[in-house]
Amino acid sequence: MVLDLVEPLLAGNRRALAKAISHVEDEAVGAQQLLATLYPHTGRAHLIGITGAPGTGKSTLVNALARAYRAQGQTVGVVAVDPTSPFSGGALLGDRVRMRDLAGDPGIFIRSMATRGSLGGLARATSDVLTVLDAGGFDRILIETVGVGQAEIDIASAAHTTIVVEAPGLGDEVQAIKAGILEIADLFAVNKADRDGADHTAMALQMMQGLAAPQAAQSFGQAAGHHREPASGNRPSHPSAHPEPGAQDDGSWLPPITKTVAIRGEGVDGLRDWIERHASYLRETGQLTRREVARAHTALKSILADRLMADLLASQADGTNAATLVTRLAAAIARREIDPYTAADQVLAGAFARPLGRRHDG
Amino acid sequence: MTERKIRVLVAKPGLDGHDRGAKVVARALRDAGMEVIYTGIRQTPEMIAEAALQEDVDIVGLSILSGAHMALCPRIIELLRAQEMDDVIVLLGGIIPDEDVEPLKQLGVKGVFGPGTSTHDIIDFIRRATQAQELGAVPVGQ
Repeated sequence: MVLDLVEPLLAGNRRALAKAISHVEDEAVGAQQLLATLYPHTGRAHLIGITGAPGTGKSTLVNALARAYRAQGQTVGVVAVDPTSPFSGGALLGDRVRMRDLAGDPGIFIRSMATRGSLGGLARATSDVLTVLDAGGFDRILIETVGVGQAEIDIASAAHTTIVVEAPGLGDEVQAIKAGILEIADLFAVNKADRDGADHTAMALQMMQGLAAPQAAQSFGQAAGHHREPASGNRPSHPSAHPEPGAQDDGSWLPPITKTVAIRGEGVDGLRDWIERHASYLRETGQLTRREVARAHTALKSILADRLMADLLASQADGTNAATLVTRLAAAIARREIDPYTAADQVLAGAFARPLGRRHDG
Repeated sequence: MTERKIRVLVAKPGLDGHDRGAKVVARALRDAGMEVIYTGIRQTPEMIAEAALQEDVDIVGLSILSGAHMALCPRIIELLRAQEMDDVIVLLGGIIPDEDVEPLKQLGVKGVFGPGTSTHDIIDFIRRATQAQELGAVPVGQ
């Protein structure tokens, strides 16, 4: 049944690819087996994340980048994520509106995804969908996150190269991004660069880079194998001395700041070339392997967390279902009869009555 | 296993540029818990069939106000069938003369919704249609 999709998918059948993505996204019966079968066929695609605030032009930039890659003959998969309503569970996925130029090209495959409750800017199943598209043989996969604010940085552990898209005139934009988003950028794209204030935005980003001492930029690198090895770190830290962006002598990477007008395709070839330079940098410095390990680490831990939680909630203690106990304790916490930590101890004390973490769907 | 979401493509084929109705329906379906892929105006039948395939939707909802439904609907259904998407439920909204409704259903359009249709009716129709299809498609005991 589900595994019947594998052969046509690997042969390039788009219907099979679309069906496989749905199975994975719905965590349907057999999805795990499907992913296991596809996994040996992955690892070829370069994964490119595109993130930024709502309205900066991410979808238009994805459209333009996909065209720029097609002009070089590379095939492109696109995953465009939009938010799920926390109230209805429904979603309006509108990114295709900006990607109509890509219609009719057999070298392109676009899939819209809803976050389905995930808060990090991607859906929980996004990395599994990337596995399916990678097995489908696409050379480059563009992942567009939801419009993000400050801390939705899941993309950094899902992609090889992360592009943070900025646009002029969004108010105090650099303040808004400085804490989380700025740190995960491998490349900056100041989009809508034909508008007033684009130079200001680019300069503000450059100033931020100048202010960041090498050791300040390493925190994410340790957590998720990201750029800028702590290493010797003797990049000039004087704010006014701007080194050339890209690979540095000490093995670190200084994110270039590019300007684009995605709707007219301006600057997009340059951005594409920077992505390729970053890909080469990752390969040549061994960072690609480190990022792959970090990606796998994140994915494995999230699978473990999901399974342990599911098993915990399904477990029985003294004839009570743990999920019921959790609901009851939540009410008790709200009434100040018990504190959350003691409540957690109570749940865990009754759990683990049977081996945890086993898959139940066969 | 998460709950399976109903996925709907809402598209406007042809040349009329009035998409308010399509947006109202898209919003209502979203509020009913469905995942709606909205593709905007001036879509060709080829673009719609391609999007339906890539997005693996259960429903294709078309909005046509231009009067070209007798040309556009058969073409879209033909393209869907050519890519083995016979199971996709095609719905049509817009200004559709009464005498066209029966021929459209003969062609394979499952539901036709004219002006004044309540969004609840459309939601109910989609829920019943997808349920019926799931019962029909999945053998008991699987």
